[in-house]
Amino acid sequence: MLSSRYEAPETIADAVALLAADADAKVIAGGTDLLVQLRLGADAPSAFVDIKRIPELHQLEIDGDGLRCGAAVPAAELFENEQVRNLWPGLAEATDLIGSSQIQGRATWSGNLCNASPAADSVPALIAVGAQAVIASPGGERTVPVEDICTAPGKNILASDEIVARFIVPAPAPRSSDAYLRLIPRSEMDIAVVGASVSLTLDARGTVTAARVALGAVAPTVLLVSEAANALIGSSLDDAALDAAAAAASAAANPIDDKRGTVAYRKQIAGVLTKRAARIAYDRAQERG
Amino acid sequence: MTKLHIETEINGEPSEFLCEGQQSLLDVLRDELGLTGTKEGCTTGDCGACSVMLDGRLVPSCLVLAAEAQGRRVDTIEGVATGEKLHPIQQKFLEHAALQCGICTPGLIVATRALLEKNPDPTETEARYFLAGNLCRCTGYDKIIRAVLDAAAELRGEAA
Repeated sequence: MLSSRYEAPETIADAVALLAADADAKVIAGGTDLLVQLRLGADAPSAFVDIKRIPELHQLEIDGDGLRCGAAVPAAELFENEQVRNLWPGLAEATDLIGSSQIQGRATWSGNLCNASPAADSVPALIAVGAQAVIASPGGERTVPVEDICTAPGKNILASDEIVARFIVPAPAPRSSDAYLRLIPRSEMDIAVVGASVSLTLDARGTVTAARVALGAVAPTVLLVSEAANALIGSSLDDAALDAAAAAASAAANPIDDKRGTVAYRKQIAGVLTKRAARIAYDRAQERG
Repeated sequence: MTKLHIETEINGEPSEFLCEGQQSLLDVLRDELGLTGTKEGCTTGDCGACSVMLDGRLVPSCLVLAAEAQGRRVDTIEGVATGEKLHPIQQKFLEHAALQCGICTPGLIVATRALLEKNPDPTETEARYFLAGNLCRCTGYDKIIRAVLDAAAELRGEAA
């Protein structure tokens, strides 16, 4: 077997230069997808470009503008952070559902996103809270909404000399919160049959003024479902609004049949989880006041 | 291609080894350094048998490149006991007979220590969720969880 090089750049500029110079090099953050693919028979890359030696990619900063999270921050560090849990509880609970405790010591949001699995747990939650990804390349940086990154299972918009450097999550408005729910056939350690994330903002009387609904595992990419969000906006989450949102989620779902669930089952569950996540987000938003 | 020369710290001792770029930390621990306490189960991050601590964080060593250990601190099952004296978690696994074949045991003990460092008084549910990535095909987990909770009580200085 040919040996892969191991590169450990200490700046983003050096990382993207290494990638630009070698189209067969691969970025490694946590390695929990990349190294599994190798074990399952994929060819080893010409080089691993380890981005964890880049100090600014370990940045985890929260202030009045929101959260800036570097691409090398592992899942465990994110959900152990009390401010993250308080400000974005749905995003924290989605992050806490990625794999096992061991996997969470390695896995990152950037890897979960760039791996481009439609069933990624953190991705619907990032989309629901309006997260943006800052993509670095030799030419500079560009900022892209998370929902625009993945294009198909295993495919994303990044060129071979680009990395996701960090995420920007806007601070939640007053009376806002989020929730993520995932259906799996067992209680832990499995891949989503359906994942649903809802973020809501309420006015002082409890009317929904803004909403975002994102669904995982029901289409080739994670879906941002504006029809479901629109069904919630203007309501105080009465049954009619919830039923309309659930119907919109089910209609938007375009899943496959596989061992985890049938098309009909996944479409129905997309509606059920949207409803339940909306209720949780609503209660949390009221509690935050 | 020449091998990579990696200098690291394993169980508090300076250590160095040669490895290939794609070699896992698990392979180096077992095959180059003779630290065979860390077990190989699935090699795809599913079973937890290869759990070690990397700079104080619980990780599956099968999904860590050996080269990543450069300048970092690795703690394995071999560093859990103090000489001949077992760590209370190890002692409680023995007392509760929380093992049969033993392949999962080093990973479970390393993971349990990581759990109790962060949460000295876990509920049974918290312990079960934290350890859900450590698969045991012998015991049915009940004795393991009893050992974990008993070890937690002992480490807190409470009689169980």
